[in-house]
Amino acid sequence: MRADIAIVGGGVVGLSLAYGLRRLGRAVLVLDGGDGDFRASRGNFGLIWVQGKGVGAPHYARWTRRAAAMAPDFAAELAEATGIDLALRQPGGFDYFTDEAALAAQVTAMEGLRAELGGDYPFEVVGPNALRREMPEIGPKVVGAILGHEDGHMNPLRLLRALAQGVRHGGGRVETGVRVTSIAPLAGGGFALALADGREAAAEKVVLAAGLGAAELGPQLGFKAQVRPQRGQVLITERLAPFITRPSATIRQVDEGGVQIGASHEEVGLDDRETVAATAALARHAVEVFPLLARARLVRSWGALRILTPDGLPIYHRSETHPGAYLVTCHSGITLAAVHARLLPLWIEGAEGAPDLEEFSERRFAIQTAA
Amino acid sequence: MSDASPFRRLREPGPSRVRLTFEGREIHAAPGDSVAAALLAAGVTSTRETPVSGAPRAPFCMMGACFDCVVEIDGEANRQACMTTVREGMAVRRQRGARRLAARGGIEGDGGGDGSD
Repeated sequence: MRADIAIVGGGVVGLSLAYGLRRLGRAVLVLDGGDGDFRASRGNFGLIWVQGKGVGAPHYARWTRRAAAMAPDFAAELAEATGIDLALRQPGGFDYFTDEAALAAQVTAMEGLRAELGGDYPFEVVGPNALRREMPEIGPKVVGAILGHEDGHMNPLRLLRALAQGVRHGGGRVETGVRVTSIAPLAGGGFALALADGREAAAEKVVLAAGLGAAELGPQLGFKAQVRPQRGQVLITERLAPFITRPSATIRQVDEGGVQIGASHEEVGLDDRETVAATAALARHAVEVFPLLARARLVRSWGALRILTPDGLPIYHRSETHPGAYLVTCHSGITLAAVHARLLPLWIEGAEGAPDLEEFSERRFAIQTAA
Repeated sequence: MSDASPFRRLREPGPSRVRLTFEGREIHAAPGDSVAAALLAAGVTSTRETPVSGAPRAPFCMMGACFDCVVEIDGEANRQACMTTVREGMAVRRQRGARRLAARGGIEGDGGGDGSD
Protein backbone atom coordinates (compact mmCIF):
# COMPACT_ATOMS: atom_id res chain seq x y z
CA MET A 1 0.00 0.00 0.00
CA ARG A 2 1.40 3.37 -1.03
CA ALA A 3 0.12 6.86 -0.44
CA ASP A 4 1.29 10.44 -0.21
CA ILE A 5 0.21 10.56 3.39
CA ALA A 6 -0.52 7.70 5.77
CA ILE A 7 -2.74 8.53 8.73
CA VAL A 8 -2.56 6.15 11.63
CA GLY A 9 -5.96 6.28 13.30
CA GLY A 10 -9.39 6.34 11.68
CA GLY A 11 -11.36 8.07 14.40
CA VAL A 12 -12.96 11.43 13.92
CA VAL A 13 -9.57 13.22 14.21
CA GLY A 14 -7.75 11.06 11.66
CA LEU A 15 -10.68 11.02 9.28
CA SER A 16 -11.26 14.80 9.47
CA LEU A 17 -7.64 15.31 8.50
CA ALA A 18 -7.80 12.62 5.80
CA TYR A 19 -10.93 14.21 4.37
CA GLY A 20 -9.22 17.60 4.20
CA LEU A 21 -6.00 16.23 2.69
CA ARG A 22 -8.03 14.38 0.10
CA ARG A 23 -9.70 17.67 -0.78
CA LEU A 24 -6.22 19.08 -1.41
CA GLY A 25 -5.70 16.25 -3.88
CA ARG A 26 -3.38 14.11 -1.78
CA ALA A 27 -3.48 10.32 -1.92
CA VAL A 28 -4.36 9.34 1.64
CA LEU A 29 -4.26 6.00 3.39
CA VAL A 30 -6.06 5.76 6.73
CA LEU A 31 -5.05 2.84 8.93
CA ASP A 32 -7.82 2.29 11.43
CA GLY A 33 -7.98 -0.11 14.35
CA GLY A 34 -10.65 -2.67 15.12
CA ASP A 35 -13.71 -2.90 17.30
CA GLY A 36 -11.62 -4.37 20.12
CA ASP A 37 -9.62 -1.14 20.37
CA PHE A 38 -10.54 1.85 22.49
CA ARG A 39 -12.51 4.02 20.12
CA ALA A 40 -13.28 7.42 21.61
CA SER A 41 -15.05 8.52 18.42
CA ARG A 42 -17.77 5.95 19.02
CA GLY A 43 -18.44 6.93 22.61
CA ASN A 44 -18.29 10.69 22.80
CA PHE A 45 -20.97 13.16 23.79
CA GLY A 46 -21.40 15.06 20.51
CA LEU A 47 -20.91 18.65 21.55
CA ILE A 48 -19.54 21.63 19.68
CA TRP A 49 -18.42 23.28 22.87
CA VAL A 50 -16.75 26.67 23.20
CA GLN A 51 -17.60 28.23 26.56
CA GLY A 52 -15.02 27.85 29.27
CA LYS A 53 -12.40 26.34 26.98
CA GLY A 54 -9.10 28.17 26.87
CA VAL A 55 -9.21 29.89 30.24
CA GLY A 56 -5.48 30.56 30.70
CA ALA A 57 -4.82 29.50 27.10
CA PRO A 58 -6.46 32.03 24.76
CA HIS A 59 -4.92 30.42 21.68
CA TYR A 60 -7.03 27.35 22.44
CA ALA A 61 -10.15 29.49 22.79
CA ARG A 62 -9.41 31.10 19.41
CA TRP A 63 -8.85 27.72 17.73
CA THR A 64 -12.06 26.31 19.23
CA ARG A 65 -14.08 29.34 18.19
CA ARG A 66 -12.71 29.12 14.66
CA ALA A 67 -13.90 25.51 14.52
CA ALA A 68 -17.37 26.37 15.86
CA ALA A 69 -17.71 29.20 13.35
CA MET A 70 -16.77 26.90 10.46
CA ALA A 71 -19.03 24.06 11.58
CA PRO A 72 -22.20 25.03 9.68
CA ASP A 73 -20.43 25.37 6.36
CA PHE A 74 -18.47 22.17 6.94
CA ALA A 75 -21.61 20.23 7.87
CA ALA A 76 -23.30 21.52 4.71
CA GLU A 77 -20.31 20.43 2.65
CA LEU A 78 -20.37 16.93 4.14
CA ALA A 79 -24.13 16.66 3.63
CA GLU A 80 -23.69 17.65 0.01
CA ALA A 81 -20.82 15.18 -0.51
CA THR A 82 -22.34 12.21 1.32
CA GLY A 83 -26.06 12.81 1.77
CA ILE A 84 -25.60 12.45 5.54
CA ASP A 85 -27.26 15.05 7.75
CA LEU A 86 -25.09 15.64 10.83
CA ALA A 87 -28.05 17.13 12.74
CA LEU A 88 -25.84 20.10 13.61
CA ARG A 89 -27.54 22.69 15.83
CA GLN A 90 -25.77 25.67 17.36
CA PRO A 91 -28.43 27.46 19.40
CA GLY A 92 -25.93 28.31 22.15
CA GLY A 93 -25.30 26.15 25.18
CA PHE A 94 -26.08 26.34 28.88
CA ASP A 95 -23.73 25.59 31.74
CA TYR A 96 -26.10 25.06 34.69
CA PHE A 97 -25.16 25.96 38.26
CA THR A 98 -26.71 24.93 41.57
CA ASP A 99 -24.27 27.03 43.57
CA GLU A 100 -24.03 30.83 43.39
CA ALA A 101 -20.34 30.91 44.32
CA ALA A 102 -19.41 28.38 41.63
CA LEU A 103 -21.36 30.39 39.07
CA ALA A 104 -19.61 33.60 40.11
CA ALA A 105 -16.19 31.94 39.94
CA GLN A 106 -16.82 30.65 36.44
CA VAL A 107 -18.10 34.04 35.29
CA THR A 108 -14.92 35.66 36.65
CA ALA A 109 -12.77 33.11 34.77
CA MET A 110 -14.67 33.69 31.54
CA GLU A 111 -14.53 37.47 31.92
CA GLY A 112 -10.76 37.10 32.24
CA LEU A 113 -10.69 35.12 29.02
CA ARG A 114 -12.91 37.71 27.36
CA ALA A 115 -10.39 40.42 28.28
CA GLU A 116 -7.53 38.33 26.90
CA LEU A 117 -9.48 38.00 23.66
CA GLY A 118 -9.90 41.76 23.32
CA GLY A 119 -13.49 41.75 24.53
CA ASP A 120 -14.77 39.42 21.84
CA TYR A 121 -16.17 36.40 23.66
CA PRO A 122 -19.95 36.13 23.56
CA PHE A 123 -21.60 34.75 26.69
CA GLU A 124 -24.12 35.93 29.25
CA VAL A 125 -25.45 34.88 32.62
CA VAL A 126 -29.06 33.77 32.57
CA GLY A 127 -30.84 34.09 35.89
CA PRO A 128 -33.26 31.55 37.30
CA ASN A 129 -36.42 33.35 36.15
CA ALA A 130 -35.27 33.82 32.56
CA LEU A 131 -34.09 30.23 32.53
CA ARG A 132 -37.52 28.99 33.65
CA ARG A 133 -39.28 31.18 31.14
CA GLU A 134 -37.36 29.33 28.47
CA MET A 135 -37.70 25.90 30.08
CA PRO A 136 -40.32 25.61 32.85
CA GLU A 137 -39.00 22.10 33.54
CA ILE A 138 -35.78 23.42 35.12
CA GLY A 139 -35.52 22.30 38.74
CA PRO A 140 -35.64 24.60 41.79
CA LYS A 141 -32.01 23.93 42.74
CA VAL A 142 -30.67 25.55 39.57
CA VAL A 143 -29.61 29.10 40.46
CA GLY A 144 -28.62 30.15 36.96
CA ALA A 145 -26.69 29.26 33.86
CA ILE A 146 -24.04 30.65 31.59
CA LEU A 147 -25.26 30.86 28.03
CA GLY A 148 -22.40 30.54 25.56
CA HIS A 149 -23.69 31.81 22.25
CA GLU A 150 -21.33 29.72 20.12
CA ASP A 151 -22.07 26.30 21.63
CA GLY A 152 -23.98 23.55 19.89
CA HIS A 153 -24.19 19.85 19.21
CA MET A 154 -24.45 17.28 16.48
CA ASN A 155 -24.80 13.56 15.89
CA PRO A 156 -21.20 12.38 16.31
CA LEU A 157 -21.75 8.93 14.83
CA ARG A 158 -23.13 10.45 11.67
CA LEU A 159 -20.10 12.75 11.53
CA LEU A 160 -17.81 9.73 11.74
CA ARG A 161 -19.72 7.92 9.01
CA ALA A 162 -19.85 10.97 6.76
CA LEU A 163 -16.11 11.54 7.09
CA ALA A 164 -15.27 7.90 6.31
CA GLN A 165 -17.62 7.91 3.35
CA GLY A 166 -16.26 11.26 2.17
CA VAL A 167 -12.68 9.97 2.27
CA ARG A 168 -13.56 6.75 0.44
CA HIS A 169 -15.76 8.36 -2.21
CA GLY A 170 -13.12 11.01 -2.73
CA GLY A 171 -10.62 8.34 -3.70
CA GLY A 172 -8.91 7.89 -0.33
CA ARG A 173 -8.31 4.51 1.20
CA VAL A 174 -9.48 3.50 4.67
CA GLU A 175 -8.25 0.17 6.03
CA THR A 176 -10.06 -0.95 9.15
CA GLY A 177 -9.18 -3.66 11.64
CA VAL A 178 -5.44 -3.15 11.23
CA ARG A 179 -2.75 -2.52 13.79
CA VAL A 180 0.42 -0.60 12.98
CA THR A 181 3.32 -2.21 14.81
CA SER A 182 6.20 -0.05 13.65
CA ILE A 183 6.95 3.07 11.64
CA ALA A 184 10.45 3.66 10.31
CA PRO A 185 11.98 6.23 7.98
CA LEU A 186 13.02 4.99 4.52
CA ALA A 187 16.51 5.65 3.19
CA GLY A 188 15.28 7.66 0.21
CA GLY A 189 12.73 9.63 2.25
CA GLY A 190 9.28 8.79 3.46
CA PHE A 191 8.22 6.11 5.89
CA ALA A 192 7.57 2.38 5.99
CA LEU A 193 4.73 1.17 8.18
CA ALA A 194 4.55 -2.46 9.28
CA LEU A 195 1.14 -3.94 10.09
CA ALA A 196 0.42 -6.77 12.51
CA ASP A 197 -1.14 -8.81 9.69
CA GLY A 198 2.21 -8.85 7.86
CA ARG A 199 1.35 -6.21 5.28
CA GLU A 200 3.35 -3.06 4.76
CA ALA A 201 2.55 0.46 3.73
CA ALA A 202 4.72 3.29 2.52
CA ALA A 203 4.07 7.02 2.45
CA GLU A 204 5.91 10.31 2.01
CA LYS A 205 4.43 11.63 5.23
CA VAL A 206 2.87 10.00 8.23
CA VAL A 207 0.41 11.47 10.72
CA LEU A 208 -0.09 9.84 14.07
CA ALA A 209 -3.75 10.37 15.01
CA ALA A 210 -4.07 7.14 16.92
CA GLY A 211 -5.55 8.44 20.15
CA LEU A 212 -4.23 6.41 23.06
CA GLY A 213 -2.24 4.31 20.58
CA ALA A 214 0.05 7.30 20.05
CA ALA A 215 1.74 6.62 23.36
CA GLU A 216 3.15 3.37 21.98
CA LEU A 217 3.97 4.47 18.42
CA GLY A 218 4.99 8.06 19.16
CA PRO A 219 8.52 7.44 20.48
CA GLN A 220 9.39 5.66 17.21
CA LEU A 221 8.94 9.03 15.47
CA GLY A 222 10.54 11.22 18.09
CA PHE A 223 7.32 12.22 19.86
CA LYS A 224 6.84 12.15 23.60
CA ALA A 225 3.13 11.57 22.97
CA GLN A 226 2.12 12.08 26.59
CA VAL A 227 -1.50 10.99 26.44
CA ARG A 228 -3.51 9.26 29.11
CA PRO A 229 -6.97 7.75 29.23
CA GLN A 230 -9.77 9.32 31.23
CA ARG A 231 -13.04 7.47 31.41
CA GLY A 232 -16.31 9.18 30.68
CA GLN A 233 -19.62 7.42 31.17
CA VAL A 234 -22.72 8.49 29.31
CA LEU A 235 -26.41 7.62 29.62
CA ILE A 236 -29.28 8.05 27.21
CA THR A 237 -33.01 7.92 27.83
CA GLU A 238 -35.87 6.70 25.74
CA ARG A 239 -36.96 9.01 22.94
CA LEU A 240 -38.92 11.95 24.28
CA ALA A 241 -40.80 14.81 22.71
CA PRO A 242 -38.43 17.81 22.54
CA PHE A 243 -38.32 19.98 25.65
CA ILE A 244 -34.64 20.89 26.10
CA THR A 245 -33.94 24.02 24.08
CA ARG A 246 -30.14 24.05 24.17
CA PRO A 247 -27.40 21.56 24.94
CA SER A 248 -25.31 21.74 28.08
CA ALA A 249 -21.99 20.08 28.75
CA THR A 250 -23.85 17.45 30.76
CA ILE A 251 -27.38 17.17 29.34
CA ARG A 252 -28.52 17.39 25.76
CA GLN A 253 -31.54 16.16 23.88
CA VAL A 254 -30.35 14.51 20.70
CA ASP A 255 -32.02 15.04 17.35
CA GLU A 256 -33.83 11.72 17.64
CA GLY A 257 -35.35 12.60 21.02
CA GLY A 258 -33.25 10.76 23.61
CA VAL A 259 -31.83 12.81 26.46
CA GLN A 260 -28.11 12.15 26.71
CA ILE A 261 -26.52 12.60 30.11
CA GLY A 262 -22.81 12.73 30.77
CA ALA A 263 -20.11 12.45 31.53
CA SER A 264 -17.97 11.20 34.36
CA HIS A 265 -14.27 12.07 34.64
CA GLU A 266 -12.49 9.02 36.00
CA GLU A 267 -8.78 8.25 36.12
CA VAL A 268 -9.00 4.47 35.92
CA GLY A 269 -6.50 3.56 33.23
CA LEU A 270 -7.47 1.45 30.24
CA ASP A 271 -10.88 0.44 31.59
CA ASP A 272 -13.95 1.57 29.66
CA ARG A 273 -16.57 -0.35 31.63
CA GLU A 274 -19.67 1.26 33.10
CA THR A 275 -20.24 1.41 36.85
CA VAL A 276 -23.43 1.73 38.85
CA ALA A 277 -21.91 4.48 41.01
CA ALA A 278 -21.11 6.74 38.06
CA THR A 279 -24.44 5.99 36.38
CA ALA A 280 -26.28 6.91 39.56
CA ALA A 281 -24.31 10.15 40.00
CA LEU A 282 -25.00 11.21 36.41
CA ALA A 283 -28.70 10.42 36.74
CA ARG A 284 -28.89 12.34 40.04
CA HIS A 285 -27.36 15.43 38.44
CA ALA A 286 -29.73 15.26 35.48
CA VAL A 287 -32.77 14.94 37.76
CA GLU A 288 -31.53 17.91 39.79
CA VAL A 289 -31.50 20.07 36.66
CA PHE A 290 -34.66 18.55 35.12
CA PRO A 291 -36.71 16.82 37.86
CA LEU A 292 -39.13 15.37 35.31
CA LEU A 293 -36.30 13.14 34.03
CA ALA A 294 -36.91 10.99 37.11
CA ARG A 295 -39.82 9.57 35.11
CA ALA A 296 -37.73 8.91 31.99
CA ARG A 297 -36.45 5.46 31.23
CA LEU A 298 -32.76 4.96 30.55
CA VAL A 299 -32.18 2.72 27.56
CA ARG A 300 -28.41 2.59 27.33
CA SER A 301 -25.23 3.52 29.14
CA TRP A 302 -21.68 3.27 28.00
CA GLY A 303 -18.15 4.18 28.90
CA ALA A 304 -15.41 5.52 26.66
CA LEU A 305 -11.91 6.80 27.19
CA ARG A 306 -10.97 10.42 26.57
CA ILE A 307 -7.49 11.04 25.26
CA LEU A 308 -5.97 13.65 27.53
CA THR A 309 -2.70 15.50 27.27
CA PRO A 310 -1.00 16.83 30.44
CA ASP A 311 -2.71 20.25 30.07
CA GLY A 312 -5.84 19.01 28.32
CA LEU A 313 -5.12 20.95 25.12
CA PRO A 314 -4.54 19.41 21.70
CA ILE A 315 -1.07 18.52 20.50
CA TYR A 316 -0.08 19.41 16.95
CA HIS A 317 3.58 18.63 16.57
CA ARG A 318 6.01 18.23 13.67
CA SER A 319 8.70 15.73 14.51
CA GLU A 320 12.14 17.28 14.77
CA THR A 321 13.94 13.94 14.48
CA HIS A 322 11.72 12.53 11.71
CA PRO A 323 10.80 15.27 9.23
CA GLY A 324 7.51 14.40 7.56
CA ALA A 325 6.02 12.84 10.70
CA TYR A 326 3.24 14.63 12.58
CA LEU A 327 1.44 14.04 15.84
CA VAL A 328 -2.19 15.13 16.11
CA THR A 329 -4.19 14.40 19.22
CA CYS A 330 -6.99 16.02 21.19
CA HIS A 331 -10.06 15.14 23.22
CA SER A 332 -12.41 17.47 21.34
CA GLY A 333 -12.53 15.85 17.96
CA ILE A 334 -16.16 16.77 17.30
CA THR A 335 -15.77 20.44 18.21
CA LEU A 336 -12.55 20.72 16.23
CA ALA A 337 -13.59 18.63 13.20
CA ALA A 338 -14.00 21.62 10.89
CA VAL A 339 -10.54 23.09 11.56
CA HIS A 340 -9.01 19.63 11.42
CA ALA A 341 -10.50 19.15 7.97
CA ARG A 342 -9.89 22.63 6.61
CA LEU A 343 -6.84 24.12 8.34
CA LEU A 344 -4.75 21.23 9.59
CA PRO A 345 -4.11 19.89 6.05
CA LEU A 346 -2.58 23.28 5.15
CA TRP A 347 -0.30 23.00 8.19
CA ILE A 348 0.74 19.45 7.23
CA GLU A 349 1.47 20.57 3.69
CA GLY A 350 3.09 23.86 4.66
CA ALA A 351 0.65 25.56 2.31
CA GLU A 352 -0.47 29.17 2.19
CA GLY A 353 -2.99 30.01 4.87
CA ALA A 354 -1.62 27.39 7.25
CA PRO A 355 -2.39 28.17 10.89
CA ASP A 356 0.46 28.85 13.29
CA LEU A 357 0.22 25.95 15.72
CA GLU A 358 3.52 26.41 17.50
CA GLU A 359 1.78 26.97 20.85
CA PHE A 360 0.22 23.51 20.51
CA SER A 361 3.53 21.70 19.96
CA GLU A 362 4.92 19.26 22.47
CA ARG A 363 7.67 21.76 23.26
CA ARG A 364 5.30 23.45 25.72
CA PHE A 365 5.70 20.54 28.12
CA ALA A 366 9.50 20.67 28.01
CA ILE A 367 9.35 24.38 28.83
CA GLN A 368 7.05 23.74 31.77
CA THR A 369 9.33 21.01 33.10
CA ALA A 370 12.39 23.27 32.83
CA ALA A 371 10.70 26.19 34.54
CA MET B 1 -58.05 -14.10 15.30
CA SER B 2 -54.60 -15.69 15.22
CA ASP B 3 -55.43 -17.23 11.87
CA ALA B 4 -54.70 -13.80 10.30
CA SER B 5 -51.15 -13.82 11.67
CA PRO B 6 -48.10 -14.70 9.59
CA PHE B 7 -46.65 -16.21 12.79
CA ARG B 8 -47.59 -19.56 14.25
CA ARG B 9 -46.84 -21.00 17.67
CA LEU B 10 -44.34 -23.84 17.93
CA ARG B 11 -46.60 -25.55 20.44
CA GLU B 12 -50.34 -25.24 20.81
CA PRO B 13 -50.92 -23.39 24.08
CA GLY B 14 -52.79 -25.04 26.93
CA PRO B 15 -56.39 -24.22 27.76
CA SER B 16 -55.69 -21.19 29.97
CA ARG B 17 -55.81 -17.80 28.29
CA VAL B 18 -54.77 -14.27 29.19
CA ARG B 19 -57.04 -11.57 27.85
CA LEU B 20 -55.67 -8.13 26.98
CA THR B 21 -56.61 -5.39 24.58
CA PHE B 22 -54.73 -3.73 21.74
CA GLU B 23 -56.22 -0.41 20.63
CA GLY B 24 -59.37 -1.47 22.47
CA ARG B 25 -59.71 -4.77 20.64
CA GLU B 26 -59.57 -7.89 22.82
CA ILE B 27 -56.87 -10.41 22.03
CA HIS B 28 -56.00 -13.69 23.70
CA ALA B 29 -52.50 -14.73 24.72
CA ALA B 30 -50.91 -17.72 26.39
CA PRO B 31 -49.64 -17.24 29.95
CA GLY B 32 -45.97 -16.31 29.83
CA ASP B 33 -46.19 -14.70 26.39
CA SER B 34 -44.39 -11.42 25.97
CA VAL B 35 -46.69 -8.62 24.86
CA ALA B 36 -44.78 -8.53 21.57
CA ALA B 37 -45.28 -12.25 20.94
CA ALA B 38 -48.97 -11.98 21.85
CA LEU B 39 -49.49 -9.06 19.44
CA LEU B 40 -47.69 -10.79 16.58
CA ALA B 41 -49.54 -14.07 17.20
CA ALA B 42 -52.80 -12.11 17.14
CA GLY B 43 -52.01 -10.74 13.69
CA VAL B 44 -51.01 -7.21 14.70
CA THR B 45 -48.50 -6.00 12.11
CA SER B 46 -47.82 -2.43 13.23
CA THR B 47 -47.33 -1.51 16.86
CA ARG B 48 -45.96 2.02 16.75
CA GLU B 49 -45.19 5.07 14.61
CA THR B 50 -41.64 6.42 14.82
CA PRO B 51 -40.91 9.83 16.36
CA VAL B 52 -38.56 10.69 13.49
CA SER B 53 -40.62 9.99 10.36
CA GLY B 54 -43.93 8.60 11.59
CA ALA B 55 -43.26 5.35 9.73
CA PRO B 56 -44.98 2.21 11.07
CA ARG B 57 -42.90 -0.29 13.04
CA ALA B 58 -43.38 -3.72 14.59
CA PRO B 59 -41.40 -5.90 17.03
CA PHE B 60 -38.09 -6.88 15.48
CA CYS B 61 -35.31 -8.26 17.69
CA MET B 62 -37.60 -9.74 20.39
CA MET B 63 -34.77 -9.52 22.91
CA GLY B 64 -34.77 -5.98 24.25
CA ALA B 65 -32.11 -4.46 22.05
CA CYS B 66 -33.78 -2.63 19.18
CA PHE B 67 -36.63 -0.72 20.86
CA ASP B 68 -38.73 -1.11 17.74
CA CYS B 69 -41.52 -2.76 19.74
CA VAL B 70 -42.26 0.07 22.17
CA VAL B 71 -45.97 0.46 22.96
CA GLU B 72 -48.15 2.18 25.52
CA ILE B 73 -49.15 -0.23 28.30
CA ASP B 74 -51.83 0.78 30.81
CA GLY B 75 -51.18 4.42 30.00
CA GLU B 76 -47.41 4.25 30.27
CA ALA B 77 -45.59 5.15 27.05
CA ASN B 78 -42.47 3.61 25.49
CA ARG B 79 -42.74 0.19 27.15
CA GLN B 80 -40.78 -2.57 25.44
CA ALA B 81 -43.41 -5.10 24.41
CA CYS B 82 -40.84 -7.87 24.01
CA MET B 83 -39.60 -7.44 27.58
CA THR B 84 -43.03 -7.30 29.21
CA THR B 85 -45.08 -10.38 30.08
CA VAL B 86 -48.81 -10.31 29.36
CA ARG B 87 -51.20 -9.78 32.27
CA GLU B 88 -54.93 -10.27 32.43
CA GLY B 89 -56.71 -7.03 31.58
CA MET B 90 -53.66 -5.23 30.23
CA ALA B 91 -54.53 -2.32 27.91
CA VAL B 92 -51.99 -1.94 25.12
CA ARG B 93 -52.00 0.91 22.66
CA ARG B 94 -49.86 1.84 19.68
CA GLN B 95 -46.95 4.18 20.58
CA ARG B 96 -47.45 7.27 18.48
CA GLY B 97 -44.29 9.36 18.14
CA ALA B 98 -42.12 10.28 21.09
CA ARG B 99 -43.26 10.07 24.68
CA ARG B 100 -44.23 13.45 26.12
CA LEU B 101 -42.60 14.00 29.45
CA ALA B 102 -43.03 17.76 29.62
CA ALA B 103 -46.47 19.30 29.88
CA ARG B 104 -45.96 21.59 26.92
CA GLY B 105 -46.00 20.05 23.50
CA GLY B 106 -42.55 20.41 22.03
CA ILE B 107 -40.59 23.58 21.61
CA GLU B 108 -41.62 26.77 19.94
CA GLY B 109 -38.98 29.38 19.27
CA ASP B 110 -35.81 29.30 21.27
CA GLY B 111 -36.76 31.61 24.06
CA GLY B 112 -33.43 33.25 24.60
CA GLY B 113 -32.00 34.26 27.91
CA ASP B 114 -32.04 37.99 28.44
CA GLY B 115 -30.02 37.91 31.62
CA SER B 116 -32.49 40.38 33.16
CA ASP B 117 -32.54 38.71 36.52
